[in-house]
Amino acid sequence: MGRAIYQVTPPATDRRLARIVLAAVLLLILLPILAGVWQTLRAAAGWMPAIGATDAGLGAFRELLAIPGLARATLVSLWTGVATTLLSLALAAACCIRWHDRGWPLRVLAPVLAAPHAALAIGLGFLIAPSGWLARTAAPLAGWDRPPDIGTLNDPFGLALILGLTAKEFPFLLLMMLAALKQIPLSRHLRSARALGLPEAHIWLTLIAPQLWPLIRLPVLVVLAYSLSVVDVAMILGPANPPTLAVMLTRLYGDPDLMRLLPASAGSLLQLALVILAGAGVMGLQRAIRRHGPHWVAQGNRLPGLTVAMRIAAICGGAMLAMTLASLAVLAVWSVTWRWSFPDILPKALSWRFWARAGQIAGGPLMTTLIVALISAALALAAAIAWLEAEDRRAAPRAPWAEALIYLPLLLPQIAFLYGLNIAALGAGLPQGVALVTWGHAIFVFPYVMIALSDPWRALDPRLPRAAAALGAGPWRILWRVKLPVLLVPVLTASAIGVAVSVAQYLPTLFLGAGRVGTLTTEAVTLSSGSDRRITGVVASLQALLPILTYGLAFALPAIVFRNRRAMRAGR
Amino acid sequence: MRHHLTATLLAAGALLSLNTPALADWDKTLEQARGQTVFWNAWGGDQRTNDFITWVGEQTQERFGVSVQQVKLSDTAEAVTRVLSEKAAGKDTGGSVDLIWINGPNFLAMKEQGLLAEPFLSDLPNAQYLDLSPDAPAMVDFTVPTEGRESPWRLARFVFIHDSERAPNPPSDMEGFVDWAAAHPGRMTHPDPSNFMGATFLKQALVEMAPDPDALQSPVSDQAFATQTAPLWEWYDALRPNMWRQGQVFPENESIQQQLLNDAEIDIALSFDPASAAAAIEQGLLPDTARVFVPEGGSIGNISFVAIPFNAAHAAGAQVVANFLLDPESQAHMQDITVLGSFSVLDPAKLPEGAFADLPTAPALPTLQDLGPTLPEPHASWMTRLTEEWAARYTR
Amino acid sequence: MLELRRLQIRHAKASPLFAPLDLRIDPGQVGIVMGPSGVGKSTLLDAIGGHLARDFTVDGDILLDGSHLAGQSPQARRIGVIFQDPVLFPHLSVGQNLSFGIPRAIRNRRDLVEKALSDAGMAGMSDRDPATLSGGQMARVALMRGLLARPRALLLDEPFSKLDATLRSDIRAFTFAHVAKAGIPALLVTHDPQDADAARGPKVLLGA
Repeated sequence: MGRAIYQVTPPATDRRLARIVLAAVLLLILLPILAGVWQTLRAAAGWMPAIGATDAGLGAFRELLAIPGLARATLVSLWTGVATTLLSLALAAACCIRWHDRGWPLRVLAPVLAAPHAALAIGLGFLIAPSGWLARTAAPLAGWDRPPDIGTLNDPFGLALILGLTAKEFPFLLLMMLAALKQIPLSRHLRSARALGLPEAHIWLTLIAPQLWPLIRLPVLVVLAYSLSVVDVAMILGPANPPTLAVMLTRLYGDPDLMRLLPASAGSLLQLALVILAGAGVMGLQRAIRRHGPHWVAQGNRLPGLTVAMRIAAICGGAMLAMTLASLAVLAVWSVTWRWSFPDILPKALSWRFWARAGQIAGGPLMTTLIVALISAALALAAAIAWLEAEDRRAAPRAPWAEALIYLPLLLPQIAFLYGLNIAALGAGLPQGVALVTWGHAIFVFPYVMIALSDPWRALDPRLPRAAAALGAGPWRILWRVKLPVLLVPVLTASAIGVAVSVAQYLPTLFLGAGRVGTLTTEAVTLSSGSDRRITGVVASLQALLPILTYGLAFALPAIVFRNRRAMRAGR
Repeated sequence: MRHHLTATLLAAGALLSLNTPALADWDKTLEQARGQTVFWNAWGGDQRTNDFITWVGEQTQERFGVSVQQVKLSDTAEAVTRVLSEKAAGKDTGGSVDLIWINGPNFLAMKEQGLLAEPFLSDLPNAQYLDLSPDAPAMVDFTVPTEGRESPWRLARFVFIHDSERAPNPPSDMEGFVDWAAAHPGRMTHPDPSNFMGATFLKQALVEMAPDPDALQSPVSDQAFATQTAPLWEWYDALRPNMWRQGQVFPENESIQQQLLNDAEIDIALSFDPASAAAAIEQGLLPDTARVFVPEGGSIGNISFVAIPFNAAHAAGAQVVANFLLDPESQAHMQDITVLGSFSVLDPAKLPEGAFADLPTAPALPTLQDLGPTLPEPHASWMTRLTEEWAARYTR
Repeated sequence: MLELRRLQIRHAKASPLFAPLDLRIDPGQVGIVMGPSGVGKSTLLDAIGGHLARDFTVDGDILLDGSHLAGQSPQARRIGVIFQDPVLFPHLSVGQNLSFGIPRAIRNRRDLVEKALSDAGMAGMSDRDPATLSGGQMARVALMRGLLARPRALLLDEPFSKLDATLRSDIRAFTFAHVAKAGIPALLVTHDPQDADAARGPKVLLGA
């Protein structure tokens, strides 16, 4: 018998399947983005035959530049986006240092992470307005009988916007940091550095941060891109005259003069450039620190006041969380109010009538929100599981480009491709409405589900699938009977995150829904420019409650299913 | 009482409509419309209007088998854009917008872009209650002839609302705001002029201050704009520093401004609906002391219309809804202060005696005498120039 | 019968982990591969079971009942593995763990499970949470689960090394008895000489 020499590789069928899955997922995400950007580019170049624009050239850009306040809107966008990112990063880092070995922050973070941006922004507005809850509390002390004429809301410098965005983004970064900490030998580093007598803050800055940064870089860029181009929060809290660039563009897309679509598209490219520029800035900063940081540290330098600054930042972070929870509370209070005049600290008259009418006010949007969220989360979850399983079967680690592609929908400003995508979908004869909106949502839900599921998936005890294979189970049976049940908690958590992300989407619903698709978020944003806080309170409370309940379900379900399985509960 | 009124109106309507020549065609429309769902794109910022639209849908469903789905807009232009992008994509039938609450520049834009259906107003049986002469208010939208491409449904009059307790002596005309604001700094504002109501505030001042008000009825020219608006800007520059937030920030729309009044952040709000103050009190949205006032020389008035896009999927259903809105019974229901309180667009001369007599009243509801004369809207092009000029002057 | 002929394993381009290996184990027998830790004993079992990571290369032949295993998927090979840890599925009950590997075609699954439990001295514990079992009970369940899958051969990857001394000889005797009863070849890798003494099969010393 001759010597058989063979390479051990996964069966060809598995490899082909893996390739098909990866290609399909990328196609479903990349294709719409590329199509959208392409249509935006065409319109920005002055080519949109449907409205009689066939004069290709730079006219759209000239028209864009002529819009009053454009420069300021761009600067305000840049300022609010960068400030939000830096502030969120600082607060998250400080809280991470202080809370990384405790369990309670995650429980407090859950409702904050679950609540949609718009609901939080509306609640924050109710809190910090000159006639808001804070001012009402301060009124007896300050002797105010009418609200002070101070621009605490929609201020021209975007401070309220920065506050509202940071309240939501810093918990996200904190969560990403806490998750990333598990991937580095933290306690060993801390022990050895503490033995050298270095101050805690210095250890984190010089020893832990460099290891943590590569793990949280993409999430930070996501926060940056989001803060630079957010529309719904900026409409609610941001400056008004001029607004941020993204809000200005959203209005321009809705201008009755249809030729304004051309400068709007040109503006979308400006928005894209802004995000790329800011991202490049972050990468440049990273490079400078990598080049000079080690030398600086080696010389025994310390940042003066770092310890104090970190402590203050952690307190600010805690205060921010408290403020966020108070924002959610004030939504609930307004939803049961009848009359609540300044400077009363609590409503003069309460009423359940708006909740009694909740079905009439928001029943339709609630159903739509649920349908879109459940289907898009299910789609994204299926895609994520398919992707991760395909990676398992290829038995190869994820390429960096694949990682970047997964994040792509979150790294591009939505306004850069969503209107173009709408045109492309119409041109391709796709039916507008719930189906298209669901797809649009899934594009943005998928990355978050991947972020949530990848680490637990990789952390699965590799002996379990091996033991199952040794018992004769094939890959499909291992997936269904071993991996997924054992990963039930992270799978449900990822689904809950998916639902929360879908519930929070504003622009995809607005642009892809042809206005026929109203969700709680579009409804809440519309109502926030109305006069009835009580109805806004009901809708925004519902909007916040939906993902929070989903999170609760994701926590409760495994506890019920596995009430007799000790190993499935301990330490998870 | 209501039943009696309804019966009278229905009887009157039935008698009159017997003579309508288009009756057979209308029967065909009714037949086509049965079972359709009309996507009515309407600004959704006012809950009473939303509730009224829901009521309309219930009625048309019950009577004609036509259901109404309100697509709530935060800006009417959203619907215009939507129709446009459908046209852009070559979607000439089965469009997503069936009916739009529209007027002014949005109507002009749709008309000029060919986004509207063929004229349909005269096909509606209830059009008989309208004054259909070419210059009648219901046939002209911001000086632009409607050509029957849109159908009126509610009357709008520009009014101010003040808190009679905090600010018992509001200015008597637009000119007077300068002195009033100087005496009460930070207590008045107007919506951002990119919003319709904000622009209307400026137009009201323009109509009052323009050297030659008749010039405003023609399309704007550079020359005319410079001459007619010069006093306006002088007045505004004097007023602005004493406005809320020193005139640096403006509420997005009149609803937010009403909320500021409710929060006591300011003392004066404005509205295009004379009944809105009374209704807001009823709804717990304004203090009981809120009252309406109008500049002495009268105020701008216009009519809200509904239009049907060229590619509407349910045009027949949309016509049925437009017709139902003109039904004297619907108009009476709409004028009910507890419902919407919007004034009727029908011609009183063509209505049966006492048709609107039994509607309830309220202390904050002005009478027609209180409201004074209705001033015509300037040509739509003036509003566009006015907002552009304002943005250029006051947006940094 | 399990046969290894001039078997060698290399990682990437590195030199082979051990000298060419020849071994032949008859049904009911337990063959022994001894050697210090890190010599590649577990890798050898991976190669036989079909679980080898993709950057390993295998030279030589592995034959089960006379046929080559090269290129076959793990489940097609039907070779059971008992690990150092019992690796019971945490989400399933003891009974569900036992029935997990029973081939689909077999009807009286419940009876087989009950029989295996009573053989292991654990009658009536089918509904128990595996996390509540003692170490010895877990080890017995793991073995019975492996055997209920009706493997054509069994690989034992230091299955007794984590048990304390008294329990170890118990479980060892239990395991060898059941392998003999099942009539399949078994390969035990260990660095414990007592394991080697207790087995009545061919023995190989693996060294670098």
